[in-house]
Amino acid sequence: MTTESLPVRTDAPAGATDPVKNPAGRPGRLPLRQRAGRQHHAGPLAYVLLGITALLSIFPLYWTMVAASTDNTRVSETPPPFLPGPNLFSNLARAWDEAAMGQAMINSLIVAGVIAMSTVMFATLAGFAFAKLRFKGRNVLLMLVIGTMMVPPQLGVVPLFMMMAELGWSQRLPAVIFPTLVSAVGVFFMRQYLSEALPDELVEAGRVDGAHSLRIFWSIVLPVARPAMAVLFMITFVHAWNDFFWPFVALDMTNPTVPVALTQLSAGYIRDQSLIMAGALLGTLPLLAMFIVFGRQIVSGVMAGAVKG
Amino acid sequence: MATSTTNAQIGEGREGPAPKPGADGAGRRRRGALLHRLDIKGAPYVFVAPFFVVFAAFSFYPLVYTSWISLHRVELATLDMMEWVAFDNYVELWGDSRFWNALGNTITIGVISTVPQLLMALGLAHLLNYKMRGSLFFRVASLVPYATSVGAAALVFTMIFERDFGMINWGLGLFGVDPVNWEGDKWPAQFAISTIVIWRWTGYNALLYLAAMQAIPAERYEAAAIDGASRWKQFIHVTVPGIRSTVVFTIVLSTIGATQLFGEPLIFGQGPNGISGGVDNQYQTLGLLLYEEGWKNYQMGRSATVAWAMFLLLILAFATQALIKRLRARNS
Repeated sequence: MTTESLPVRTDAPAGATDPVKNPAGRPGRLPLRQRAGRQHHAGPLAYVLLGITALLSIFPLYWTMVAASTDNTRVSETPPPFLPGPNLFSNLARAWDEAAMGQAMINSLIVAGVIAMSTVMFATLAGFAFAKLRFKGRNVLLMLVIGTMMVPPQLGVVPLFMMMAELGWSQRLPAVIFPTLVSAVGVFFMRQYLSEALPDELVEAGRVDGAHSLRIFWSIVLPVARPAMAVLFMITFVHAWNDFFWPFVALDMTNPTVPVALTQLSAGYIRDQSLIMAGALLGTLPLLAMFIVFGRQIVSGVMAGAVKG
Repeated sequence: MATSTTNAQIGEGREGPAPKPGADGAGRRRRGALLHRLDIKGAPYVFVAPFFVVFAAFSFYPLVYTSWISLHRVELATLDMMEWVAFDNYVELWGDSRFWNALGNTITIGVISTVPQLLMALGLAHLLNYKMRGSLFFRVASLVPYATSVGAAALVFTMIFERDFGMINWGLGLFGVDPVNWEGDKWPAQFAISTIVIWRWTGYNALLYLAAMQAIPAERYEAAAIDGASRWKQFIHVTVPGIRSTVVFTIVLSTIGATQLFGEPLIFGQGPNGISGGVDNQYQTLGLLLYEEGWKNYQMGRSATVAWAMFLLLILAFATQALIKRLRARNS
């Protein structure tokens, strides 16, 4: 039934059709009765197990905050501290300066922002073409896009490094931005969303009015695609922010992104454990803030399509 | 939903009926009609071009060029000097015990991080599929590790697994267990590194499974219930087969991730120890070996050879999975 379509339904305003509770999208397709029929109510055991899972998920981050708020001696005591100490803000400030986390955060903001924007733009363009335009070789090309997901980027790292040296981008941000300007998963995601959400009649009406393809894209496709674009933006941002291997190879400590700067913290040049944890916390805060505000959208985005870098 | 993330999708590009190319061109001026035709024919290619151009330049070309470099001796300091050595790099790698060690570690860490991760994700998805209060909270909470970068996650776990003051050893001590040398000993180190991987990706996979579970038609459960199947039987005979394609998809992604493992062991080893994967290379993965050869020993040719070995390992892993699938299909 709905299996062959990617049911992304992110356009519902809060309170309307909940995209999380109803990821199958298009309420008309899946009668509520069916859903109610198989979803059992959670018993106490389920709550306990889920509670433990949530605790395990959150505890390492909580403890990062605890360690970042104490000092070096307190962190290394047994039993370890479980409650926050008084030094959180001073440690965060020191991490910003001493551990070069400030520069790293700005770099990561630029890198992740540019990558997310260009991924969304190009993915929407290509997704629209694959979903709604007819052209020779469409299926073959779409298969190619999906096939590229199977190629781990790490394999080409040596030539890529040589290429960046030739382009004069060594240790500079373009080296980590350009290779990730597009994403196959993003193209696929937008294609699935648009073939569902964009009625053919709208595109045809645009044609009848004499609009050319780019104009149709701009005034008809973009407004429809906006909710999915927002989700793709956030998920791509998370991936770009956390991307590690290539930035680690391409950049150095004078101009790092956050994950690269964090390896510096671990490398033993800084002996202060609470400072290390403050750096780790600082590097995670922007994404955590995003999760707290947009958690629902990110969850629905992950559930709607397997977006993994 | 089940197949939304999988190959079942791939073939069907046809289902969205494309708009009919302008049949109303008759009334227009010729030039307008020509432009219109050009737009209809050409625009789709222009729209998909950016993806293919960037992929070709920064992914496909490097991938192919890797094999060319692996047949040369190239040093990091003099990248433009390439000396043809034919298959010397491959022969050396074959005879290098560090390679076999890294290959073994990649496989063992891959197995002990992927198998429990996906099983736990399956259980978690099942729990999340219940009707309950606070379901959004539980979903966001299980996705929080996914928002944590390798760097931050590995740093915390390194401290939690610290030998002298780490929380795990303290907790074990309460039960009278002697401190474990999590970094120094081979299996504890591989276990600890796998824990980081499991922590980061279980919730993510669980949400993929959950999405697939919610697309299973209720009739199948009803039919099973009428046949007298218990909840557990329903889970095994309805839920698991119903999300099979998503399971395959997560296995593929986790396998790719496992062959590439790099950040977790690097940071777990805290600096110089990280690149070599511990003093005795006890947790050096192929990813770390690739980096060590290229950026520590300055041998880019050998580094490219390791990259090819990783690629082969990936293909072997997929072939093995396909074989297991076929054998199981024959048996049942």
